[in-house]
Amino acid sequence: MAENNRAVVKLKERFANALLDCKEYRGEVTVTVKKENILEVLKCLRDDLRYNFLTDITAVDYLGQDPRFMVVYHLMSIPNKDRIRVKAPVTEADCSIDSATALWNSANWLEREAYDLFGVDFKNHPNLVRILMTDDWVGHPLRKDYPLQGPDREPYKGRLS
Amino acid sequence: MASEIMTLNMGPQHPSTHGVLRLVVELDGEVIQKITPHIGYLHRGIEKLSEHRTYHQALPLTDRMDYLAPMHNNLGYVLAVEKLLGIEVPERAETIRVIMAELTRLKSHLVWIACHALDIGAMTVFIYAFREREKIMELYEMVSGARMTSNYFRVGGLSRDLPAGFESAVQEIVDTFPGHFDTYEGLLTKNTIWLQRTIGNGVISAEDAIDFGISGPALRGSGVDFDLRRDLPYSGYEKYDFKVPVGENCDTFDRYKVRLVEMREAVKIIDQAMKRLKPGPVLADAPQVCYPPKESVYNSIEGLIHHFKIASEGFPVPEGEVYQGVENPKGELGYYMVSDGGSKPYRMRVRPPSFVNLGAIEKMAKGSMIADLVAVIGTLDIVLGEIDR
Repeated sequence: MAENNRAVVKLKERFANALLDCKEYRGEVTVTVKKENILEVLKCLRDDLRYNFLTDITAVDYLGQDPRFMVVYHLMSIPNKDRIRVKAPVTEADCSIDSATALWNSANWLEREAYDLFGVDFKNHPNLVRILMTDDWVGHPLRKDYPLQGPDREPYKGRLS
Repeated sequence: MASEIMTLNMGPQHPSTHGVLRLVVELDGEVIQKITPHIGYLHRGIEKLSEHRTYHQALPLTDRMDYLAPMHNNLGYVLAVEKLLGIEVPERAETIRVIMAELTRLKSHLVWIACHALDIGAMTVFIYAFREREKIMELYEMVSGARMTSNYFRVGGLSRDLPAGFESAVQEIVDTFPGHFDTYEGLLTKNTIWLQRTIGNGVISAEDAIDFGISGPALRGSGVDFDLRRDLPYSGYEKYDFKVPVGENCDTFDRYKVRLVEMREAVKIIDQAMKRLKPGPVLADAPQVCYPPKESVYNSIEGLIHHFKIASEGFPVPEGEVYQGVENPKGELGYYMVSDGGSKPYRMRVRPPSFVNLGAIEKMAKGSMIADLVAVIGTLDIVLGEIDR
């Protein structure tokens, strides 16, 4: 169970107020924290719990729910051969979170991608510009309210067959 | 004489950028001061597309990412979906997946050594490596009917069993490939030009490699002893005996040696897997997920309806989220799948190894000569189809 995970125990001890949820599903531990505390939590995981490798940063758009976005961090511990997932909810009105580039350089491009495709603003990022779409692109394609076929075309109505 | 910084545009159409990579390089004479990569020329929105397709329909999108290692892309995807569903795959299917995954590693590394050597000026290796790669392409065609976009794996197992003649063809690869690797080593490992171009080139320390999120052979070349197949095993990799090579000097030459040993180890894994192969089913006993056998589809109304329902509606996947990382030839390829309980992925996130590895290019090439940048691109072994997705 997630409660017995050493990282969860430590985080509960140190960030009792910041922890929103922790659960285990299919053997994977997920910790949800307040976005104000994300850098402290990541730093604690990196320095004290040896999750030294930032595998991935991405976002998920839960359109219709509040808060709308979830920024998802996947960390890995090379010495302990272990993974943990950290999530932080971000609202549509204040769609921003602190940048993890101060902790890992790999966050640079991953956050640029999340900004490009979801429009999440990573505060204190050194170079937060689009990475996959062109610089003059309007909108953020992976948002659920962004149409699949693009903004200015007839919606796809399915095959006639 | 006044000196000033020169800006040089390299790509997106450039033979040694391995696809549509564009680098804006700022040079002081021939010395690199700054590199600004521009990517996205091949962006097809695979993550967005997958949200509008059923789980089986999203599978062919994945082998269009890293088109040099399509089966590995399929493998990560099917493992992630199977994890969400909580279904077990029969042992025969698992073993065949390992065989195909390691053949794919050979195929991808053969393209790497061919293009990397060609970029640095050794053309002969290119001709030889592509000759060997053709053997693996033939195997791909044998099992799936396609040479590149294989789409051979299915959620729950494989699309069909191995065809007749496959085992002898693999045996030929197991017997002959180590000799071919000796040939490449004979052409390169003691070649003065090769040594001068690769030793001390593109150095990145172990700490920096972890900091930049580098994975795969590039991480091991920097001396970090980590391989997902051994340390976080999937698809039954814990049953195989193989060495994980590690470099010492963190340079292009060490990454070259690591990849060559990986190729030899891949042949050993294939050999072990072929010996483990026993007759049995290749699809899980999960009728709500797996397609029925073709005999049943063609000969019974129930089978036809079963096939039709899965093909048209897909299958519901329990609500939840999982992450599955696999050791792609390029590095850690990860699938983060979020399901809302429906028959289409709510979110499919691909953690692209080449994308993250390319982020370190400035760190690796800054301060070296412009000609060495070509060697750094080659040693990172990037595929733009997967960087841009």
